[in-house]
Amino acid sequence: MFMRTVWLIVRKDLTVEVRSREIAYTTLFFAVSCVLVFAFALVREGVPPQGASAAVLWIAILFAGNLALGRTFERERQSETLRALLLAPASRPAVYTGKLVGLVMLMSAAEVFLVPLIAFLFQEPLLRHPFRLATIVVAGTTGFAAVGTLFAAMLVRTRSRDMLLPLLLYTITVPVIIAGVGGTSSLLQAEVNDDVVRFWTVLLVCFDVVFVTIALWTFDAVMAEQ
Amino acid sequence: MPLDTRDIALPNWFMPAAMLCAVMFAASPILIAYAPFEGDMGVVSKIFYYHLPSAWMFLLGGIVCGVASVRYLTSGNPRHDRLAWAAAELVVLFGAITLVTGPLWARKTWGVWWTWDVRLTSSLVSWMLAVGYLLVRRYGGPGSDKLAAAMALFGMANVPFIYISVNFWRTIHPLTTVVPTLPTSFGIPLWFCTFTFLLLFVLLLRLRVRLEAQRSQLDAMYLLLDE
Repeated sequence: MFMRTVWLIVRKDLTVEVRSREIAYTTLFFAVSCVLVFAFALVREGVPPQGASAAVLWIAILFAGNLALGRTFERERQSETLRALLLAPASRPAVYTGKLVGLVMLMSAAEVFLVPLIAFLFQEPLLRHPFRLATIVVAGTTGFAAVGTLFAAMLVRTRSRDMLLPLLLYTITVPVIIAGVGGTSSLLQAEVNDDVVRFWTVLLVCFDVVFVTIALWTFDAVMAEQ
Repeated sequence: MPLDTRDIALPNWFMPAAMLCAVMFAASPILIAYAPFEGDMGVVSKIFYYHLPSAWMFLLGGIVCGVASVRYLTSGNPRHDRLAWAAAELVVLFGAITLVTGPLWARKTWGVWWTWDVRLTSSLVSWMLAVGYLLVRRYGGPGSDKLAAAMALFGMANVPFIYISVNFWRTIHPLTTVVPTLPTSFGIPLWFCTFTFLLLFVLLLRLRVRLEAQRSQLDAMYLLLDE
């Protein structure tokens, strides 16, 4: 029953997205704009600074993710479907998981375009270890989205949600930023240190496990009054 | 509906404890002045006697806020919420003292005002979490109590991750294991100041909880009048 609810919510979100393409297009465009801003700020005389691509990638993921999170729940609020979703005879953790999976899928789709673009603009071998990079990026995105989904859902009825969401999100996801940038930077070294890559990947996975568990536990309590 | 008057009357120990705290604060500069200078740091080493106790109160406030938030989320009892709010304000207060006195010490010891050392960075992020908590309480509108409680819970769970991730850079901050090995001439003023700060923490926490209890009682009285 749990997995079926998750699947139904993911399918619903993806169907709405495929029809409108609103979040995918706006998120991707915003992420590309961020990358361009960094390129204009950092590239001097046509030469990009060494190792900057890891930082640019994660900042773009964070900013674009924040935008996607806001819109995901704004859509539910505008069409008054969040209440229907919460009133449905489905467990709240399943609703949360469905939303989380949908969001990770959307952000991952944007990252598929973003990573080669950054590698191209900053002339760095980001795609030299595609599977390791994919593991780090997906683990980081999951951690970020795990915290973001919970807070975006809680803030949906709050007037100052646009101001509060980044405020909450960026402070709590500091370990994701550090580990994401650390892991990606270590993949850019001429001689990749496997222990360093493993350390950052394990840290990200542990963060995901702990924060998804806490979010599943708190989602029911904090959404009771929505 | 009967009004909840708990936490409003101050306990009998409050005034004597407040007076003791004031006397101890007045006496602490004398004790610190008589403590020997540490190495070649000169008078700057005296900052240590206020820096370390305020850092401990910063940590204690974070624990109180986190535990009270978890209890509020599980029980829904507003008393826990009031305690969490009061503790978060003290985290910001003692965190600010720690973050101001730390760089003063660092400038003399390490030659820089700030370094991305594990303790400094994790303290800064934890302090920002507490400031974020207060901003949510202030601007979050209805339901911000639950939101802030979840934030405190996430913040508490986040501390080890912040610490581990930042620790990957080599730390230069002195380890806390040096504290029990300090000679008596340093130890007496340090423990005196720690007890003074602890007393101040308890008094401020109690006063702040009382203020919030009074506010909620006032709200309840307005509701009763409307009925």
